[in-house]
Parts: sequence; C-alpha cells; structure tokens
Amino acid sequence: MTEYTTAMGKKGLIVSPIENGTVIDHLPPGTAVKIATMLGLMDGAVVIIGQNLRSTKYGKKDLIKVEDRFIGEVECNKIALLAPNATVNIVRGSAIAEKRNVEVPELVEEVALCGNANCITNREKVPTRLHLLSRSPLVMACYYCGHETKGEELRLK
Amino acid sequence: MSFLNRDVVSIKDFSRPDIDKILDTATKISKSGYDKSLLKGKRVGLLFYEPSTRTRMSFDTAAQAIGADTIWFAGVEGTSVMKGETLKDTIETVANYVDTIVMRHPYDGSARWAAEVTSRRVQRGEKKVPIINGGDGKNEHPTQTMLDLYSILATQKRLDGLNIALVGDLKYGRTVHSLSYALSMYGCRLFFVAPEMLQIPHHITSFLEKRGISYTKHTKIEEAIEAADIVYITRIQKERFPDENEYNKVKGLYKVDRSLLKRAKPTMRLMHPLPRVDEISVDTDDDIRAYYFQQAGNGVPVRAALLGLIMGAIA
Repeated sequence: MTEYTTAMGKKGLIVSPIENGTVIDHLPPGTAVKIATMLGLMDGAVVIIGQNLRSTKYGKKDLIKVEDRFIGEVECNKIALLAPNATVNIVRGSAIAEKRNVEVPELVEEVALCGNANCITNREKVPTRLHLLSRSPLVMACYYCGHETKGEELRLK
Repeated sequence: MSFLNRDVVSIKDFSRPDIDKILDTATKISKSGYDKSLLKGKRVGLLFYEPSTRTRMSFDTAAQAIGADTIWFAGVEGTSVMKGETLKDTIETVANYVDTIVMRHPYDGSARWAAEVTSRRVQRGEKKVPIINGGDGKNEHPTQTMLDLYSILATQKRLDGLNIALVGDLKYGRTVHSLSYALSMYGCRLFFVAPEMLQIPHHITSFLEKRGISYTKHTKIEEAIEAADIVYITRIQKERFPDENEYNKVKGLYKVDRSLLKRAKPTMRLMHPLPRVDEISVDTDDDIRAYYFQQAGNGVPVRAALLGLIMGAIA
C-alpha cells in the first residue's frame, strides 16, 4: 500500500486502504470530485477522496478510492479526458488484482461539453459528441460545429 | 458520391469531383435556361431563423425556377420557435410538409443536428428530407462557397492555379475559411491581406501547408493587387469586436476604389460576399472588374443545380 507524506512531513497512510473496489490514482489536483461525479460514484457508494496529496512524480495529485465498484474500460476512457496520466487499480481481497491504463477514446459521447458557447449542443437539448484530434496535447473536435476544444478547457456534462 | 438526398452541411463534405459536378450542372442550367418540369410537384421549405437577403431570395428563386413550390418563414416571429419550440421539433414537423429543407440558424452546428434529425426519420420508415445549410451561426455557409467558386470559374474560365487575394476580416469571416479550403483543392496561390489582429487563423494555414498550397500574408492590399486574378474582399464585422476602440483601429483600413483598380489586371475580378459597408467605393460599381452583384446573381443557377441534384431531378 502506498504511503503518503502529509504537508507536515509526517509519513503515513492518510487514505485508508480498501478490501475490494477501485483505486484511481495520479489525478491532477482538483479533479477528484469531478471525476467521481462523472463516474456516478457519489450516489451512495463508499468513496474516499484525497485531494492535493504529495506525489513524487507530479508534485501534487488527487486520488479516489471506491469500495465494491470495479471501474471498466469505458469509464477508464472517460477518466482520461480529465486525467491523462491516471492509473486505475482494481483491488480484490486487499490486493491489486488488475492494473488498467486510461486512454482518451476516438469518440466521446454524452460525457464532455463542446467549448463553443454558441454550439447547438450548448443551446438546446442535443447529445454531445466529440472526436479525438490529438492525444498529446489533448484536443477534441465537436461533431456538430467543428470547434476544437483543448484538454485543459474540457468541461464535463 | 451520389447526390440523391444528400445533406449539404459543410463544404468539407464535398470532394473536388463533387464540386466540379455542381459547377458543371450550374453552367449547363445557366446556358440552357431553367426547366420548370424538373421539380414539378416537389416542395422546398426555407427556414430562416436569421435575416438574409441573398441566400433566402436566391434559394426561393432557384427552387421556383425549376418548378418546385416553396414555403418559408423569415425570422422567428409568428412561429412556434417564439413559444420555445426546439430546432428538433420544428424540423420533425416541417419535414412532413416538404421534400428538402434549406435552413439558416443562429447556432453553430445546427445544420449538422438538423440533418441527423431527418436521418433518424429514415430509420422510422419515413422519407429522407435533405438539409441544406444556408448558414449556421459563424460556422459554415457551403452554398456561398459553391457560388464563389462558380463566379471565379465563370470569370477566369478555370479554377486551377489562380492567384486569389482574400482581403479584410480573415480571422472571423466564415466565407474566407470555406473558400480557402475549397481553393486548396484547385492548387490556387493565396494572398491573405489583413491587419495582424484579423489575419487568417493558424488551423487554416496549417491545413494549406499540409496540402502544399503556396500562400503569403500581407497587411497592404497594394502588395497583392497586381498579381491577383481575383480580389475577394470581406466586411470587417463590428459585432465581432468586444471593444469598439479595437474596431475603430481597423475599420475602413481596406477600401477598393477606382485608382486602386487601375493597378489590377484587366481580367481581374473583384468579389465580395455582400453586404458591403465601405470596403468598396460606389464609384467602382460600373468598372468591368467589379463582379460582386453578378456574384450574388450566380446564387440562382448554383442553388438550382444543387436542388436538382439532391432532389433527384438531375443525374
């Protein structure tokens, strides 16, 4: 189990371990709540959210642990929209049973919003549909208006 | 690709053979006259949520010239849109009355959405009603590009390898973006004339570079006028500027008048998507090189050709 150094410099497990469920790690600071909401984890599941934890790799990071929920590939791809470097570990019987990578899919439907305020999808009840233009840096194009939205400007539905 | 029941949403959906076919059909119609039997018994719906003079009237003229009936609204007053009806519901309704819908709408992407709505009708066993985009917000206006290409072809007798100067608001002007894209299929050499703050966007120039198209950027129209086969000038749109002082810095920067025209080739033609404000002096209107009003007139054969093709009256 990963140890975290608190802001006081004290080492310890500031986020408790889980027995069965999913650990979503290496999220950019400030994205954990958004991602947990996007994945529908805030509707009664046991969720532990860590924000602004110290990370040797990224300086600061967020983290989500959810009990008895096992995040699948489609959800991993949604996570990639906001956290391209995220890691997803499936935990069973207190041990990591599976590690999953996240990757932005070629087509993202009904998840993220087009960045163009005048787009029909932002003005009327129209399903959103974004195509991947570039993974790094992340750029998505709206199927309807063609507007290109950069990764840092992406907003979720 | 077949034209029957095809949606006309973006110029990017059309290949060079597609565009050549439309221009060729328009040329034939223009020479042989309009055949009223072509769309006899068919009806075209013109849904104009925003003001338009040329697009609406030329579509109406074109449809009627080849025998179709038209029904339309111009402005949403008096329609259910005022009661909050969505675009989807209006399209679903009007699709029952007509064979093709021409639409101008204030929101970007509305034409693509309308085309999706009528395509879903086909899955329900109903007939496909093609959507022709007459301008969706600041996004696309494909039939304007088609009539611009037709105008260039009509005046220069070719499209390949011409020198085309695009002048004015190149940053926000949707017509110059679509036209640049289309001209790249014909290997034209492009001169972008604009103040720094209104220059052609990077995504257009990077696209041109990928296609191996030569282009240069200029701030003075004098640098391009002598080489140009076509000067395509656009209005600097006041509504695009958040700050009026910024607009005042660039308004009236480009003005074509008689003395400037003297430096152009006799075969050069001056085009403008209209409406003009003060980019073209009224004293040039009678010069042989002034082509903007004929350009607007060319909307009729081009739109008649398109309607004939997508409604299955012309093979």
